[in-house]
Amino acid sequence: MQPLNLLAGGELNPLIPHTSEVIVGFIAFTLLFLVLKSKVVPMFEKAYAARTEAIQGGIERAEKAQLEAQRALVQYNEQLSSAQGEAAKLREDARAQGAAILEELRTKAQDEAARITAAAHASIEAERQQAITSLRNEVGALAVELASKIVGEALDDQVRQSRIVDRFIEDLEKSK
Amino acid sequence: MRTFVSLAAEGEGFTPPSANDFVLPPIFENISWFTKPILLAFVSVILISVFFIISSRKAATVPSKMQFAGESVYGFIRDGLAKDVLGPEFMRFVPYLFTLFTFVLVNNWFGIVPMLQFPTFSRVGFAYALAIITYLVYHYVGVKKQGLGHYLKGIAFMPGVPKPIYVLLTPIEIATFFIVRPFTLGLRLFANMFAGHLLLLVFILGGEHLLQGVVGLKLVSPFAFTMGIALTFFEFMVQCLQAYIFTLLTALYIAGSLADEH
Repeated sequence: MQPLNLLAGGELNPLIPHTSEVIVGFIAFTLLFLVLKSKVVPMFEKAYAARTEAIQGGIERAEKAQLEAQRALVQYNEQLSSAQGEAAKLREDARAQGAAILEELRTKAQDEAARITAAAHASIEAERQQAITSLRNEVGALAVELASKIVGEALDDQVRQSRIVDRFIEDLEKSK
Repeated sequence: MRTFVSLAAEGEGFTPPSANDFVLPPIFENISWFTKPILLAFVSVILISVFFIISSRKAATVPSKMQFAGESVYGFIRDGLAKDVLGPEFMRFVPYLFTLFTFVLVNNWFGIVPMLQFPTFSRVGFAYALAIITYLVYHYVGVKKQGLGHYLKGIAFMPGVPKPIYVLLTPIEIATFFIVRPFTLGLRLFANMFAGHLLLLVFILGGEHLLQGVVGLKLVSPFAFTMGIALTFFEFMVQCLQAYIFTLLTALYIAGSLADEH
């Protein structure tokens, strides 16, 4: 019977561990584990978290900026279209107003012209009436005077006198 | 180094590297337990701690090259492994898995780092230590999450299986959970590192021995050295892979304990 740690040929059996090596294996591994767990893993996790945060934050910022830009674009377009509408309305208004003013002026001018024409007609008529009246009176007087002189007979009676004058003027008008 | 010395002393005859080459003498003669792999294990703790503390110190949003390098490793375990395997509770286990991966990886790399050139895990004691920790962790998680009775029942009587099958399945499951898993976990890592280191020893020491032989043998030795270099690259791959597998299996075992039905 040979010792367990020797093989048949006197070689050492490599499968039988040295106690010291098992113990050192435990100790070395435990040491490394404690160092990596306490010092390294938290730092790497921190870096990961910071990176995730940075990337996500960046994406969120970009999204926000894009949203804002879109909103600004919409607003700008709205303003543009409302301004265009307003301008069109203003032009329309101005044109309408212009037309109204023109119409008003024309009406006013026509009225004025009509008024002036009417006034002129009236004044002409009045003057004509006046002329006729004064003419009739004068012509009457002249004619009466003439007739009285010719006939020799004074036609004092006012009524008869005017009847004669009227008849005379009618005759005159008829002969015209 | 010892083999080099003994070879030179013997002069004639090639002694192939063996398991004895993995038993290194104490660094200081009066401290018998303080051997090279033990020193390497502590060196790895210091190197990993320093590297990650420096790289994570600033925790900047825009990382420096150093922080980026550290974060890449951390993110690889955190998001590439823990998150996928463990689900929503993964953050609790990230420090453990992260430590496990970096510790195994750096100690494996020591196998090909010039001047060090000894993978710590080719000493089975270290591999057992980590396997035992994983063993304790996943049982603890299972008991805490599901309660002792429910957890053991889940292991012994896998739900959704026809009753007669339990005759076969129950012993297999119990053996798997309590015996096979920790051993395979530890031995897989150990055996890969052990075999890899042995292979490198064979080609490099063999090449050196050929160089000391007659002219014909001298001509062959470059092939042995070339093979040794090629195997070094291969070893690098195996070292990374084994570190990943150890961590992945640990995560899978924990995930199994977290799930109500495994």
